[in-house]
This record gives sequence, C-alpha cells and structure tokens, in this order.
Amino acid sequence: MQINPFDFERPIAELDQILVELSRPEKRREAEEQGIDLEAEIQRVEQEKQRLMRHLFAHLSPWEKTQMARYPQRPYSLDYIRQVFDDFMEMSGDRLFGNDEAVVGGPALLEKKPVMVIGQQKGRDLKERQRRNFGSAYPEGFRKALRLMKMAEKFNRPIITLVDTPAAEAGLGAEERGISEAIARNLREMPMLAVPIVTAVIGEGGSGGALGIAVGDRVLMFEHATYSVIPPEGCAAILWRDRNRAAEAAGALKLTAQHAHCFGLVDEVLIEPLGGAHRDPMAASATLKKALTHHLDQLREIPVPELLEQRYQKFRQMGRWTERTETVEPE
Amino acid sequence: MRSGWLKRKKAEIQTPTETPSDLWSTCAKCHEVVFERDFQRNLKVCPRCGHHHRLTAEERLEITVDENSFTEINGNLAATDPLEFPDYAAKLEASYRATGKYDGMITGSAQIEGIPVAVGVADFSFMGGSMGSVSGEKIVRLMEFAEQQSLPVILFTASGGARMHEGLFSLMQMAKTSAAVARLDRSRIPYLVVLTDPTTAGVLASYASLGDVILAEAGAVVGFAGRRVGNQELGARLPANFQTSEFQLEHGMIDRIVQRKELRPTLAYLLRFFGAEVEEMEDADQSI
Ligand SMILES: [Zn+2]
Repeated sequence: MQINPFDFERPIAELDQILVELSRPEKRREAEEQGIDLEAEIQRVEQEKQRLMRHLFAHLSPWEKTQMARYPQRPYSLDYIRQVFDDFMEMSGDRLFGNDEAVVGGPALLEKKPVMVIGQQKGRDLKERQRRNFGSAYPEGFRKALRLMKMAEKFNRPIITLVDTPAAEAGLGAEERGISEAIARNLREMPMLAVPIVTAVIGEGGSGGALGIAVGDRVLMFEHATYSVIPPEGCAAILWRDRNRAAEAAGALKLTAQHAHCFGLVDEVLIEPLGGAHRDPMAASATLKKALTHHLDQLREIPVPELLEQRYQKFRQMGRWTERTETVEPE
Repeated sequence: MRSGWLKRKKAEIQTPTETPSDLWSTCAKCHEVVFERDFQRNLKVCPRCGHHHRLTAEERLEITVDENSFTEINGNLAATDPLEFPDYAAKLEASYRATGKYDGMITGSAQIEGIPVAVGVADFSFMGGSMGSVSGEKIVRLMEFAEQQSLPVILFTASGGARMHEGLFSLMQMAKTSAAVARLDRSRIPYLVVLTDPTTAGVLASYASLGDVILAEAGAVVGFAGRRVGNQELGARLPANFQTSEFQLEHGMIDRIVQRKELRPTLAYLLRFFGAEVEEMEDADQSI
C-alpha cells in the first residue's frame, strides 16, 4: 500500500528516497568502480531510518496523534473484524427507523468462541464515506448497537466494541429522532448487561459518540488512537475563537492513549507496529486479537454480580475532586 | 435565603437589565418593561411574552421546595485541574468568587409539599453549568444517597455539556451518572428531570434524558449540539423551534412543557403518583 507521509514523517521519507537512489543499477555500477561497499551503506541508512522512526513515533505530539488517529488509510473496524474474528455475520437495523451504516455489528467467533462484535465504521472512498456518514452514527446506529448488545446478553455471549468516530451525528434528523436519548440509553443500559464487555478505541474516540458504545469492563486503546471530550478544532474555537489553533488544543486536552492510561481512564495501551497501524494492519490485528482474548478470558472467570459491581465501580471512580474545608463568600 | 437572592442580581444569569431606580426590569426577550415586584412575583417569567429567565440554584430552590426544607450535601466538593488546562484554575477561582459556590451543581435533601426528596439543581451562572468531575460526583452521590434513603430524585438541568477543561474525565461523568441512574431504576426510585434553559450536549446525552418523567420549561434551549449542523444537512431548512423544549416535545423526547408556576404542583403530583404505589405495596406486605 502506498503510504502518504505526514509532515512529521518527512525525515523518514527523505531516507526512503536515499534508499531508492542507492538501489538503482547505475549507483551499483558507480560504487563498484569506486570500490565502495554499497550494501554496508544501504544497511547504515536502513538502521538510521529505524532509529529515526522509533524516536519519531515514540514522541508524537497530541496533534500528530490526532492526525494518525484520523489517517484515512488506518485500519477501520471492518478491517479488524476480518482479521481478528472468524465467521462474522453482519446484522442490520434498529427495528425502529432504519439501518445506520456508521455502525456495523453481528455475531462472530474469536478463537472459536462466539462473541458479539460491534464497531463504528468510517468509509474508505468518498462514496462509502457518505454512505457511512464519515463514521458519525445517527440514533439508529446507537440503537442498533444496543439491540445487538441485548441479543448478546440474552444468549450469554460476550460483547466487543470497536470505537472509531469523529462524533455522533448532530444534524436535524439526528435531533428529531433523539440522538441524546439514544446515547444516554446506551450509557444506562451498558452498565447492567450481564455479559463481559471489552472495548477498544482503534482510531478516533470522539466524545459522546464514542462513549455511547464504550462502557466496557475493559477499555483498551491503540497507541496512536485518541479519546476526547471535544474535537481539538471545536475546543480551539471555544477557547481562542480560532479553529486553526487545534494543535494547541489537542495538547491542552491531553487526548492521547498515554494520557488516558496515565489518568486511569483506559486499562491498556495496545502498541502499534512501528510507524502506525496502517503500516502493518496484520500486526495490529494480531495485537488486538491477543489483547481481546486475554481480557475476555479473565472476565469470563468473574461471576456476573461481581462483574457488574466492578463495572459500576470502574466508572464510579472516574473523576478528580477535592474537599474544601473553608466556605466561599460571593463578592 | 429568601431575601438574599431577591436583592442580588448579576448580569451573567440573564437577569433583565436593571433600571437606575431598581423598580423596573426589562424582559431579555421582548424588552417589555415590568415592575420589578411583579416580575419577581411572576417567578422571573415575563408577563407579556412568557419568556422564562434563567434562575440561580438558590432561586430555583426557593420557588420549588418547602421553605427552609433544603439541606445541602457535598457542597464542599471542588474541582482540581487534572489536565493543567490553560486558564482553568483562574476560571474556577473567578467562578467561586462570583457565585459563592464551588460548583454549578447544588445537591441536597428537601421537601416538596411535605414529600421528602433528593434534589439537584444546576446553576448555569457557574461556568455554564458544565459537567466536570465535581458535578458528576455530586449527582452520583445524590443518587446513591436517594437509593439508601429511598427518596425520589429530582434534577433541574442547565448545562452547556461536559466541561472541556477536564478532558476525558468530564466525558466519563456521562457514563458515571447514567450508571447511577441505572441503579435507581433497579431500586425503583422515581427520578424526575426538569430541563431548564439551556440543556445540551453531554448532559442531555446522559442523565438529563433518563428520567422516568422528563419535564421542560417553556422556550428552553434543549438539544444535542449547537445550531451548527452536520455538513450533509446544511441544505436542510431548520425549523424555527429547532433545539427547544417545544421541538423536543413535538418529537417525543419529553413528557411535558410546564410553566414555571405550575412546576411545584406538577412535581408534587408526580411524587404522590410514584410514591402511592410504594405505600400500597407496603400495605400489601404488612397484610401478608
Ligand atoms: Zn418578554
């Protein structure tokens, strides 16, 4: 796959260019004439590239991570579903209004065991993007997800949700059909589902739209995924009335997997292949598969009442506050 | 409390423009000039156009619960700045000084027409009523308190949504408060929501939309996002009442729009309706 480099990847692209140059036949001839060890030179550049990549991708800024999370060639839910699960059978519709293609879901096998997998799905090309509303779910998407989760509960199958959305849809149709109610209902129902739930944020964790399928016993996050209360552009617009200061806002919001893990809001950061999941989707899928299996195996051992109590307490404890002893007087 | 809030007025809580004499108020919507005394007697609802002006938490409690029946709980919970977010600490300090509160969500126990309740009131004048860790924690503690004491819960909402200054911590308050509602449901604790101007975004998409009964004040802004809509629908014409109480009623998202002066009797009626069943069940238990 042709990878279009980000700005911050330019030094790598330059080394790639040198490697292409060095492997040209006339270069080889030239080197032979001059008695230069071309293989050693190529190896040296390769090593330099690896060193540079390791450094670069270990130190991405929150804004660079945002770009990675939104990268159009990043693996999407259906890519992971194909690689990680067997026999996925997609189910449609919320039984109320329609079928929202921004959310996909259905039964599948994970290491031969039946699970319900639900994911938010962006589109690859323009047509598919429009069909899937760029991964922004309407109320129907959240209601389809809940319908499938309830189905899983009824037949005692664990639930896996994959989060990748810029935000929930907020237009007229979404408002008319109760987008707030749909998200709120999922937030109320998911804590009570009597089966294990594992969530993985694979790309963009866009505020309420992400959370609407993300109340899991375990919440995992890919290394270069983001999870935020508001998109950096929106935050910058409110703070500084300037959407162009999104990079700064991304930093202020601390929306990276590393921050979320450090804050105790996600359980595990899944390490991506060097340079990002899109450079090696197979390896990223293998990582996800291993983590999902590991956590599900653990959760299956927990009796249901305890599982639900743990799930409640997990979210119950999220937040930072302090108790003041002095009272404040208004001016 | 009664005399306190009547005298205190602040521009940011949408109090109508004061006239030098302090005897008159001007409606923020239709600009009708009203006798201050009449305006207060009408619970800050414009007698001409019916516009419901925003109330502080104290004002709301004053007109809703029985006199001197409110006891605040967890009023000393205050925000930290876990993200070290730009200017957040200063904004908090300014809000403390302006409102005399540590947070926009005021919670406690009270009585309405003699019926004990757990009540929470959001104050929009405190950082737009935004929900951060403190609001979320106070709501959950209120619900847990109500569950222990078997008290019905009433929440008056007013919020621009989750507080961005606390990042993902704020987002998680949506999950946390909604999970607490699920526990109320399980315990059959009545939960009544009154949507007041404005209730939007992360608050509407969590506990505000989960009441057994959802009431709303007339003309309140109630919607998921701002009026800026998604790209694909830019062409669609928005109805004049888009994202208001009236729009939500029309689309089946709320039970009733209630005039401010009808709120107290409406809540009392509902509390009796929900409570009566419990009494009968208790009677039945005793007879066995
Ligand atoms: Zn008026």
